[in-house]
Amino acid sequence: MNFSRRHLLGLEGFNREEILFLLDTAASFKEISEREIKKVPTLRGKTVVAAFFEPSTRTRISFEIAAKRMSADFVSLSGSTSSATKGETLLDTARNLAAMQPDILVLRHPSAGAPHLLAQCLECSVVNAGDGCHEHPTQALLDLLTIREQKGRIEGLVVAIVGDILHSRVARSNLYALRTLGAEVRLVGPRTLLPPECAALAFTTTDLREGVAGADVVMLLRLQRERQVGNFIPSVDEYARYYCLTEAHLRLAKPDVIVMHPGPLNRGIEISSEVADGPYSVILDQVANGVAVRMAVLYLLGTGARRADAETERPQLAAIGRARRRASR
Amino acid sequence: MSLWIRGGLVIDPANDLELVADLHVVNGRIAAVVAAGSVRPDDSDLVIQAEGLWVVPGLIDMHVHLREPGYEYKETVATGTAAAVAGGFTAVACMANTLPVNDSAAVTEFILERARMAGLARVYPVGAVSKGLQGKELAEMGEMHRAGIVAVSDDGQPIEDASLMRRALEYASTFGLPVIAHEEDRALSQGGVMNEGEWSFRLGLRGIPKAAEEAMVARDLAILERTGGHLHIAHISTAGSVELVRAAKRRGLPVTAEATPHHFSLTEAAVAGYNTHAKMNPPLRTEEDVRALREGLLDGTIDCIATDHAPHHTDEKLCEFDRAANGIIGLETALPLTLAMAREIGWSRKQMIAALSTNPARILRVPGGSLTVGAPADITLIDPELTWLVEAESLHSRSRNTPFLGRELRGRAVMTLVGGEIKWRLGEPGEGERT
Repeated sequence: MNFSRRHLLGLEGFNREEILFLLDTAASFKEISEREIKKVPTLRGKTVVAAFFEPSTRTRISFEIAAKRMSADFVSLSGSTSSATKGETLLDTARNLAAMQPDILVLRHPSAGAPHLLAQCLECSVVNAGDGCHEHPTQALLDLLTIREQKGRIEGLVVAIVGDILHSRVARSNLYALRTLGAEVRLVGPRTLLPPECAALAFTTTDLREGVAGADVVMLLRLQRERQVGNFIPSVDEYARYYCLTEAHLRLAKPDVIVMHPGPLNRGIEISSEVADGPYSVILDQVANGVAVRMAVLYLLGTGARRADAETERPQLAAIGRARRRASR
Repeated sequence: MSLWIRGGLVIDPANDLELVADLHVVNGRIAAVVAAGSVRPDDSDLVIQAEGLWVVPGLIDMHVHLREPGYEYKETVATGTAAAVAGGFTAVACMANTLPVNDSAAVTEFILERARMAGLARVYPVGAVSKGLQGKELAEMGEMHRAGIVAVSDDGQPIEDASLMRRALEYASTFGLPVIAHEEDRALSQGGVMNEGEWSFRLGLRGIPKAAEEAMVARDLAILERTGGHLHIAHISTAGSVELVRAAKRRGLPVTAEATPHHFSLTEAAVAGYNTHAKMNPPLRTEEDVRALREGLLDGTIDCIATDHAPHHTDEKLCEFDRAANGIIGLETALPLTLAMAREIGWSRKQMIAALSTNPARILRVPGGSLTVGAPADITLIDPELTWLVEAESLHSRSRNTPFLGRELRGRAVMTLVGGEIKWRLGEPGEGERT
């Protein structure tokens, strides 16, 4: 298959073949990380810039290791040390980075759509490493890879996604990709965090027991306490009382159920330690697969044919850009 | 000074007139409307041939932001009124959220002076309801009324304090000024950047529920029951609000309402791809709401069409969606968008021109809105079949923030006269093609 995308902005709109091709590519790269010398020269001479405007440990390190195992040069900047603190706009920061000719820009940003903005304004490939409450495509890909390894398939599986659906980019990316691959998705959470629109996309319930009953996979979301301002839940304790996954819940699921979590864990809030550390948990497999998935993404975008389609995606803004360039001449 | 506009289809809802006729203008006023070809113009008369065109009372946009004073990098009175006449508008009412706010006679006079200097469309300033748009104390409406305001509004901001709204309705009625209300319950809309629904969920953007508007419309209609006066609902956007206004009108309440071309032409789906040109407040809503707005226009629940022309610099739109400024320019695209909608809902030409001219004149109690003999010769000539491409380079506004860039639209003002003087004439090649 010919992977023709220039950016990875989200999984909504990706077709089955594209997702499977990404997973197959990632699976084939896993072996590199098991070698004694964990490095291949595939992306030698390519430059990956990671710009993280939100705190992140796991994702940033995962991208860095992935880039380095592929021999790409990797540079990262984080929001708190960047000139964003001096009032520079995102677009100006990105244009300056782009002027240094990177091949791939990996962006994490608190605003939904920020990677889309850069994708239409920059020449390089853009990878969305999490944009606000929108999508986190590499997280969903590593989740899918983990499920497929554990279950041998994705189609027909019952996957319960539990927690703050409203604010979760992990939930959205997984929801789109799982549906595309034919899984049955259930969304579970309190009504305040489970908007009515979800019902058109998946089975929804506020009852964790109902949500996990017969499930093949339970995917927990981190309760982002910083997003709970606005009376979404009365208290973290009450949330835990109703949505903390315990072994008792798992007895309602399929006997071979697996439990996933994107991290970082809030032990005792969305996941009990007995589950996190128990036999059902595949949380550390997810982390390992994260490197393989990001290697695959960087590889496919870094070696793919450059297409000058930046201006076809957003003709209006491109037209403004042209007018401004003319005006400035 | 005598001129004839000959052979056009004269549409004058105020006089229930729609016929091919010749219109005679003398000294800036309508002198006669006579059967086509029945009077031979003098040799010294200026003759405008208008066969195939509509000849209508000048369009009036009762909701624009001219940004002067204070935000001249977005728009000025001169560039805004240039856009107005190019769009067929002979008069605009400009909102008070300038810098300084138009909450005093001095600012009102400044705007009127700028309008005189520009010498294009008529400009009717709208004064602030509250000092500094702070929502606390009433602005000096009487002083501003003497200086020339035609309505009061804190547009851009809702009037959160119900008691202030009550007093505003009561006090403004002293001067016959409508209170134009931007209806939004900030406690419900807080932080929202688009309509709350399917698309806000998919795009991961904070939503503004329809209830944020409807709750406020309901509140103000309840207040109006007691106060009397004149409440005008700005940029009505939801089916629920339309129904509230319909019921209130049935009860005889003194309420009027306007709808914008973008709210009756586009849905929230226009935000897809994080298109900041589809970001406005109130936000674009759903198909159901678009249908309700059109029904409201058709049955007269919604009295008029107003653009909420809101110019912003490119930098204020070319950024993250949640940081982008609200609003789009509308003066130069309102007419073709209204024509398209009118064709779809089967609106009569008279109803359409009433919503674009006669009704806003009546709501604001300003001259114009009719071709009555003796009235100022504010006249727009429309070619309803001219198709043209909306291009950044050809817009007259200082700003370019419109989702219709690159779109081919049908129908355009080809000449705009204010007080009998030609202020706009379509002429340059490439400005349109007849189909």
